[in-house]
Amino acid sequence: IFKGQIATPQVFPYPSALNEEQEEFLRDLVGPCAKFFEEVNDPAKNDALEKVEDHTMQGLKEMGAFGLQVPADLGGLGLSNTQYARLVEIVGSHDLGVGITLGAHQSIGFKGILLFGNPAQKEKYLPKLATGENVAAFCLTEPASGSDAASIKTTAVQSPCGTYFTLNGSKIWISNGGLAEIFTVFAKTPMKDPSTGEMKDKITAFIVERSFGGVTNGPPEKKMGIKASNTAEVYFDNVRVPAECVLGEVGGGFKVAMNILNNGRFGMAAALSGTMKGVITKAVDHAANRTQFGSKIHTFGTIQEKLARMAMLQYVTESLAYMISGNMDSGATEFQIEAAISKIFASEAAWIVTDECIQVMGGMGFMKDSGVERVMRDLRIFRIFEGTNDILRLFVALNGFQSAGNQLKALQKALKNPIGNAGLFAGEITKRVKRKAGLSTGLTLQGNIHPELAKSGDLTVQAIEQFGAAVEELLIKHGKNIIEEQFVLKRVADWAIDIYTMVVVLSRASRSLSQGNASAQHEKMLCETWCIEVSAFESKQVFRNLKAVSAAMVENGGVVPIHPLGF
Amino acid sequence: MQIYKSGVVTDGVKHSMNPFCEIAVEEAVKLKEKKLIKEVVAVSCGPQQAQETIRTALAMGADRGIHVEVTGKDYEHLGPLQVSKIFAALAKKEEAQLVILGKQAIDDDCNQTGQMTAALLDWPQGTFASEVTLEGDKIKVVREIDGGLETIKINTPAVVTADLRLNTPRYATLPNIMKAKKKKIANMKPADLGVDVAPRLEVLKVEEPPQREAGVKVETVEDLVARLKDTGRI
Repeated sequence: IFKGQIATPQVFPYPSALNEEQEEFLRDLVGPCAKFFEEVNDPAKNDALEKVEDHTMQGLKEMGAFGLQVPADLGGLGLSNTQYARLVEIVGSHDLGVGITLGAHQSIGFKGILLFGNPAQKEKYLPKLATGENVAAFCLTEPASGSDAASIKTTAVQSPCGTYFTLNGSKIWISNGGLAEIFTVFAKTPMKDPSTGEMKDKITAFIVERSFGGVTNGPPEKKMGIKASNTAEVYFDNVRVPAECVLGEVGGGFKVAMNILNNGRFGMAAALSGTMKGVITKAVDHAANRTQFGSKIHTFGTIQEKLARMAMLQYVTESLAYMISGNMDSGATEFQIEAAISKIFASEAAWIVTDECIQVMGGMGFMKDSGVERVMRDLRIFRIFEGTNDILRLFVALNGFQSAGNQLKALQKALKNPIGNAGLFAGEITKRVKRKAGLSTGLTLQGNIHPELAKSGDLTVQAIEQFGAAVEELLIKHGKNIIEEQFVLKRVADWAIDIYTMVVVLSRASRSLSQGNASAQHEKMLCETWCIEVSAFESKQVFRNLKAVSAAMVENGGVVPIHPLGF
Repeated sequence: MQIYKSGVVTDGVKHSMNPFCEIAVEEAVKLKEKKLIKEVVAVSCGPQQAQETIRTALAMGADRGIHVEVTGKDYEHLGPLQVSKIFAALAKKEEAQLVILGKQAIDDDCNQTGQMTAALLDWPQGTFASEVTLEGDKIKVVREIDGGLETIKINTPAVVTADLRLNTPRYATLPNIMKAKKKKIANMKPADLGVDVAPRLEVLKVEEPPQREAGVKVETVEDLVARLKDTGRI
């Protein structure tokens, strides 16, 4: 979209990533998993105790919740990303503190071993991690190194004999830091540059066992939310780490860290879409039963608008989560921008939805007993950790500019030899002239989207064309210096997020319409309204849709769309 | 859930194992874990979805399952007598020594299947069990009766029905659900067991409990008395 184009195979049709066997297995897992969270886990108690209750923790381990994606032959459940998403959605709807305990363990704690570990490392560590006998933690952040991850100071110096590294440094705000036995640690290693012979520090990832000695941790931090999850400082004091514990390549640690984070972000979108579903159910329940001025409050327009907007944000987030997990499962490797968008969108949407849930519930929502204020506190961190939304916005914009820039560069090269590149040149010129004249450049979503959504498709195409043109203008204006233009970058990212979400909901709603889902017409309204709203054309249609969406929610006791996986 | 005049609409409603039956499965699995019995066979009668219920039992630790497929009209009219006939036939066929059932289903609250199964087999029965102890070829059953507990000793083979306090059923863990996929579920029809499932009862009607009408708040005792008089209560 940064090039003013759309790579339709990446988004259409909406992915159905599960084969029959995977779907059946997942169906079998969903019930018992939900039951455990409904009957055993007590989020209020976990929050008050500032730890996951012992019997719950034990239950989660027996449940298999610590090894969801570990291959079955190494003692895990061997779930695909889509299957994983569906289960963490359940966790997210009940207890984000538990969610972080599990996520810090498997989404980042040992994900490095899954992604980069050699067979020996996998066999040695994964079985005990899968059962939860060993808990894992991801150690990147330091007192002086947060968003600027490349600036870490922890060092790992290789012994002269080459058999071990000596690790020194301290890491802060480490989830599971006080519980973990296995740590994925990032440290600087001095390395000789093969071309210049100069010594240079490069980041390397290590698997560090607490049992190596010299690994200690601070007391659990006092936090605003996700109190049930353990957060602590972790210190490494002359820890002797065997050379076999290098994860990936020596000096390749930054790539390892970024890959782990990129691979885990869709899980947040999935978990938070569950969170939203949970609080929406509470809001709808209240709105359907609370009487004021002689009427149930869901009959009032202001409440209807709130409920409908909450539903829309949940729908977009859920659509993002399963679009990305589905694409990852079908082997896509370039999903980092989309994953970043899903994390930004989900964390902000969940905040708004929960805030509005409290508003719908009024004083009741403000009381601890309603269980929503805890969710609000728990949610706040999601806009901060695993890449702040601000940094991720820059990441989205700059990655996009990079790909658009490459195309522009090719064009500039062609300029020098216009005759030899006449074809490319003519095409680009026509595109620009048409765009300037306000004509369509021929971009269309016809054939990809359901005919009933043609209007929304047109809005999306218009947005993509305008966006592509704006990106190009910005590139011509700022060139390489666009990197410094953070005010601009933030807006470009917001625009990109808007467009990507439009495309994703178009894709999902089109699939529902084509399949004749029971909730297809409702989804059409959500999609239509989202596309209109994002394009900033408010209309009577929007009001009608919001009213109808709210009515359907009250009827249904919560969100209406049939889950992307069907259950 | 919607009610229609001769029953409840079950389309699209999630099926799950009856809580008392879960307790029965748990008890059987416990006996197996104590090596007091050789094999646990989980049986369910019903449409295709009954297999999910059997899978849950397998994930809890049952060794194999038997699904007696009953669909359509037959399923709608399936009552305790029909199910007991199936269970009795299966118990003989499998040469079972002990049949453990939930004391009653929480949908129709019949509380008859265990008793009828015992009668059809002419076996002793220990209903509403809150404690089951195997003692050689006898079973000691502590029964929950009105106002206390009754302890009886019965011969095997026998039928036992589980009450609420017999145990706390375990959760089917995800790894065990995975392992349960490899366990076998045999499929058969009532006719294969020579059982006739024709209904003996006709449901005349099913009604929702009456809606409670809204009350009113009164300010004073005088008000209250006046209102009660108005409505003809005093």
